Amino acid sequence: MWWQPFPNLSQLSAALGGLSGVPELEVETLRPVNLVQERNLLPPGPWSRTFRCTLTSIPQTQALLNKARLPLGLLLHPFRDLQQLPVITSNTIVRCRTCRTYINPFVTFLDQRRWKCNLCYRVNDVPDEFMYNPVTRSYGEPHRRPEVQNSTVEFIASSDYMLRPPQPAVYLFVLDVSHNAVESGYLKYFCDSLLENLDKLPGNGRCRVGFLTFDSTIHFYNLQNGLSQPQMLVVSDIHDVFIPSHDNLMVNLKESKELVKELLAALPSMFAHTRESQSALGPALQAAFKLMTPTGGRVSVFQTQLPTLGAGLLQSREDPNQRSSTKAVQHLGPATDFYKKLALDCSGQQIGVDLFLLSSQYSDLSSLACMSKFSAGSVFYYPSFHHVHNPAQLEKFQRDLERYLTRKIGFEAVMRIRCTKGLSIHTFHGNLFVRSTDMLSLANVNPDSAFAVQMSIEDSLADSSLACFQAALLYTSSKGKRRIRVHTLCLPVVTQLSEVYAGADVQAITCLLANMAIDRSVSSGLPDARDALVNAVVDLVGAYRTSVSNLQQNGLVLPSAMRLFPLYILALLKQKALRTGTSTRLDERVFAMCQFKTEPLPQLMRLMHPDLYRLDTISDQGALHLNDVIVPQPQLLHLSSERLSRDGTFLLDCGSVLFVWVGRACSDVFLRDVLGVHDYASLPPSMNHIPELDTPLSERIRAFLDWLQENRAFSCPLHVIRYFRLPTTHYVIRFLSSPYIKQTNKNIVSFNQSSVVHRL
Amino acid sequence: KPVFGFVFSSHLCLSSLIITLSDLECDYINARACCSKLNKWVIPEMIGQCLSTMLMLVSMHWFIFLLNFPVAVWNIYRYVKVPMGNMGVFDPTEIHNRGQLKSHMKESMIKLGYHLLCFFIYLYR
Repeated sequence: MWWQPFPNLSQLSAALGGLSGVPELEVETLRPVNLVQERNLLPPGPWSRTFRCTLTSIPQTQALLNKARLPLGLLLHPFRDLQQLPVITSNTIVRCRTCRTYINPFVTFLDQRRWKCNLCYRVNDVPDEFMYNPVTRSYGEPHRRPEVQNSTVEFIASSDYMLRPPQPAVYLFVLDVSHNAVESGYLKYFCDSLLENLDKLPGNGRCRVGFLTFDSTIHFYNLQNGLSQPQMLVVSDIHDVFIPSHDNLMVNLKESKELVKELLAALPSMFAHTRESQSALGPALQAAFKLMTPTGGRVSVFQTQLPTLGAGLLQSREDPNQRSSTKAVQHLGPATDFYKKLALDCSGQQIGVDLFLLSSQYSDLSSLACMSKFSAGSVFYYPSFHHVHNPAQLEKFQRDLERYLTRKIGFEAVMRIRCTKGLSIHTFHGNLFVRSTDMLSLANVNPDSAFAVQMSIEDSLADSSLACFQAALLYTSSKGKRRIRVHTLCLPVVTQLSEVYAGADVQAITCLLANMAIDRSVSSGLPDARDALVNAVVDLVGAYRTSVSNLQQNGLVLPSAMRLFPLYILALLKQKALRTGTSTRLDERVFAMCQFKTEPLPQLMRLMHPDLYRLDTISDQGALHLNDVIVPQPQLLHLSSERLSRDGTFLLDCGSVLFVWVGRACSDVFLRDVLGVHDYASLPPSMNHIPELDTPLSERIRAFLDWLQENRAFSCPLHVIRYFRLPTTHYVIRFLSSPYIKQTNKNIVSFNQSSVVHRL
Repeated sequence: KPVFGFVFSSHLCLSSLIITLSDLECDYINARACCSKLNKWVIPEMIGQCLSTMLMLVSMHWFIFLLNFPVAVWNIYRYVKVPMGNMGVFDPTEIHNRGQLKSHMKESMIKLGYHLLCFFIYLYR
């Protein structure tokens, strides 16, 4: 071979450390860990954030995979916000002739003119244009081109990749204006937020917007440029919805901006005294579909109650007495196929539907969420939303809206995941529609959705020592440009069970199992799914014990890479989505399930197993220097109450909320320099911001907190809490009784030992 | 023998099912079109199967009745077990997930084999 990326495996693992974020296989990872003896367990990392595989060493055969008792799958976050993204502007996109894989860093060049595909092993020719490297202005070195040097690239797609001219950005807002909605007060905050962010909506001069409000009738708004004020058109026949006017309802944003602003300013007061209590959501969605069919785009639905009128009306199915039942939870699946059919219709017309559910009562989210699940939309849920009585939810709504309106978006997208010959994908998780065996139809792509797939090994991978995966996302950007984002992952193939265990990614495995458990709980019941999760741990322990036969010790022995597995599964079983025995509202449970299917991996891990840091001993050691700001990187602590001490201040990062717990004996210096109080007793009962003080310690702490907030899509609220002061009791209880801050290690060991002993 | 007619028509039913499913596998049609075609045949197939089973019972061909009975029961079970939110026995959002396409194919092949068996039994009686 004239040029091969990695002549041997050690070079591969060294290189992968940079390219795809897989840490080098160390001898350390082959050491077994006895959980009864080891108490200080920290999560492994850091990993790639775009493309992760549950097993970073792929077993060669299905038999070996079965022996390992671990699931094989990929977790990907294809449209993630990236700091650096190489964009290839050349006209030719080099792809394999049989399998249509895009050229990537892991192909082999046989000589200057031929390259061998790493997925189907076919030899292809290098086109002439490819021989010239525009970056280095040199000729004859195709392997130095940016497509072959970066595992994540973006191509500019030619007209071959378009079924129709790229669509403009089209946004439709469907708003519930029933009495319930006005009571909750969301409309004013939505209108304010949209007014503020109107200029930041992704799009160019062709961007269009429209508004639709509904209660028991549907209201359209004529915003045609030239009118003196917005005109409302009411359609009361909800059984046969028609569009009153064809051109003036979805208007060009730039041209009709004044009218749009006027409408947004007037909307909250227009319905202030409404007495309508019915909600005709189904007909409103049908109208929205008709409006958007010519172009495609995004529909944002704001709903505050159960739809009670017209097509798609839903009944209240939840039985409040069953909330803490330990038996199977009923009604986790949809009640009607109306929303699913609607979502499929929308997906076919490239319309993505996002749902904001702001209800205080049961609203059958399991049926409503279908409208987003299959049209690649997102679901947002604000239980007990009220603009006065629940300021926390209001603030969350405002933050989420700001991110939602301004984040990047891709339209009319399709995604294809290709794997090396011998591997095949059989199950997909996430908000998408599987159009054919490997083509996923995503009406909208957004940077905050992730997907997971499960794979099986159909034929032995003996032909090659590398297994590659490529995810290609073809989309239209908000500026109307057709682009292809390609991510490639390359992993070694191994033949030994011990190597499979050494390369296991415990966080990816946990998340994939969570996805599988959620599917299982909808199809065969929650207790079944929970048993399956426990069995996953028991099977792993059993398989490891039989494979490493020289272990005679008692205790819970696991491969080092999987040392946190029982802890993660225990944490997973305590999540709202899968817990039993604790009162959980059905809508909240269903939303938690939706979250598990769509949130990116790092966020899910924080939800399940929060990060614990000590703040008062923060130092500049190992700090990052970003844009002239020094961001300290305090060490991650083992998540156990043993680590909490009264003379310190600790930060618990739970993904959706941050807790800063101040110990009673915390130093006065810290209290003064960071929290701005003289002593412990004068800490206010509810404190939600770290004050901006001019001390270096305060700057460091705030820099660190800001850095944490920036690393996630939706910024989360902060609560400063202290010991046993009545108004904050509910936070303290939440903090201290969160499934993690207990003697979790001991719990795990006894829990698992009893199951393990029982089953083996 | 009207029985022959029934068996023959269920053969045709099943063959069209298998052809449609393999079309889907090879991407000749899309999931929604495939599923709506297949769902149309579910009820007629069930009714045809039940009718022929009843006929066996009535005409006292016990052995053949016992052969057909499990298939009829299985058809009814499959129809009843569809979750509320699904668009029929063949649901376009589920058909490509969890190897459902393969299991539907297998099921149709088994039924075809079963019917062929019954056909030959009629022939030699």
